[in-house]
Amino acid sequence: MSEKKTNRRDFLFTATYAVGAVGIGATIWPMIDQMNPDASVKALASTEVDVSTVDPGKTITVLWRGKPVFIRRRTLEEIAEAKAVKLEDLKHPEKDEDRAKNPEWLVMLGVCTHLGCVPLDQKGDYNGWFCPCHGSHYDISGRIRKGPAPTNMEVPKYEFVSANTIKIG
Amino acid sequence: MSDHEYTPKSKVGKWFNDRLPLLTLANHLTDYPTPKNLNYWWTFGGILTFCLITQIVTGLVLAMHYIAHADMAFDSVEHIMRDVNYGWLIRYIHANGASMFFLAVYIHIFRSLFYGSYKSPREIIWIIGIIIYLLMMAAAFMGYVLPWGQMSFWGATVITNLFSAIPLVGEGIVTWLWGGYSVDNPTLTRFFTLHYLIPFLILGLVVLHIWALHVPGNNNPVGIDIQKPSKDTVPFHPYIVIKDGFALLMFMIVFAFFVFYTPNILGHADNYIEADPLVTPAHIVPEWYLLPFYAILRSVPDKLLGVVAMLSAILILAALPWLDTSKIRSAVFRPLYRQFYWILVIDVLILGYVGAMPAEGLYLLIARVATAYYFLHFLVILPVLGFKEKTLPIPLSITEPVLGGSPNFATARNKESFTNK
Repeated sequence: MSEKKTNRRDFLFTATYAVGAVGIGATIWPMIDQMNPDASVKALASTEVDVSTVDPGKTITVLWRGKPVFIRRRTLEEIAEAKAVKLEDLKHPEKDEDRAKNPEWLVMLGVCTHLGCVPLDQKGDYNGWFCPCHGSHYDISGRIRKGPAPTNMEVPKYEFVSANTIKIG
Repeated sequence: MSDHEYTPKSKVGKWFNDRLPLLTLANHLTDYPTPKNLNYWWTFGGILTFCLITQIVTGLVLAMHYIAHADMAFDSVEHIMRDVNYGWLIRYIHANGASMFFLAVYIHIFRSLFYGSYKSPREIIWIIGIIIYLLMMAAAFMGYVLPWGQMSFWGATVITNLFSAIPLVGEGIVTWLWGGYSVDNPTLTRFFTLHYLIPFLILGLVVLHIWALHVPGNNNPVGIDIQKPSKDTVPFHPYIVIKDGFALLMFMIVFAFFVFYTPNILGHADNYIEADPLVTPAHIVPEWYLLPFYAILRSVPDKLLGVVAMLSAILILAALPWLDTSKIRSAVFRPLYRQFYWILVIDVLILGYVGAMPAEGLYLLIARVATAYYFLHFLVILPVLGFKEKTLPIPLSITEPVLGGSPNFATARNKESFTNK
């Protein structure tokens, strides 16, 4: 084989491959992106909940973006228990104050961070939630304490639009 | 492959065959020289072809009545069961057919493991087989989602969430798979599409699987290379066709037993409750054929590593031709491998059992030991065994040990004691 010098033909090949690759990419992308959430799914991104009927020590579950959201009105003992936990004991350290801006109300996605099952209320070793699928235990702040889940249950963006109404999303 | 020239007898046949050699192909398939000592474990290839055709035909019919919509899917399945003529029969064949398909594929795979059918020169056949097996699992999983019962919904949630273990892009991938923020109607419609597509992909791969098989020809219980055609072979038709046909009949009896007498025993009662995104069933388990891998997933306490372990447990099979360093194919001549083979079989059965049990206490411990042993078998025992094991002498041909005059009586006896089981 003789030494190869770059010539006009090599340039044309490279340019053709480059344009071809961009063209194929631009064609494939709509085929992939069509599977992402569509406009109608995104349009349901927020929901308002009336919590006036929730008694202390009770949890209600509402559907937001197809997922359950737990809204728990915590008792004073529960709040004290959640605040007393040392951060060193947590797999995913988060202060209770950061999770529940208003300590009486804990609002979080009722979705186990392991593989997405709905944990059971007031079950498990930490008086919080217990996921029946693969045995993750959460405390009364929804923080992971034991089991395969890697993180605490997620707190969605929410706000009190009035004294008794929470807007999620 | 038989290389002899074939000329159709009729003038029209010759005219056609010169233009498209389909008759040459048909002749190749009927005359295909097959080892004459193939036992009944070799009939599962034909049985699997039957299973695939059964699933495609019944699935096609079900798709005429099923409605892929989150609000209507559950009712449309009940409509099939109650209103559609013979709908119950077709659906029960399809649902139990999936289980029968996996039953046959596991026997097929373990036959290959026993007789070393994955070894050179049959690695490509084996790898195509593993891809078919992966696609079967994908098809079975998506099919199970379609009735939109509780198990459908939560099975879909848990399995798709496996992808969320991938660092950085995991959550994005899960949202993309769902087409939303949870398993919902967009998920159902795309699963239906893919469930319809995959069997045809499998069909194409089956053609490649058989094509790749016909290049070196079948392995056989003795595991030696044989001359083809020779005194060691018989033509595929009628010898193997009859044998496969008889085995298929026996298999269909088992199949029919499930369909007509216990059509729901392999399913879960929870799937007759319509999907509810607010309540997870207390005890969710996958279908029986996925349980060993589910046990491996749960035996690892870390989310990402659990997923990695589960996928590795399947993909490690693709590397098997290179992990098994022994030149001898058949376990008949490998006294140590034969024992480790049966330990592996028991290990996988144990994994399947603990996969169905809650992941706690003793069950979790057993699952961990069995998972460790599973990887030990493939990554340590097989590579080392190839160098350490003292194998028995192999016969020179299939005919030799049977017709006597063999210098290796032990060989002949071992072979018979196995094949007569």
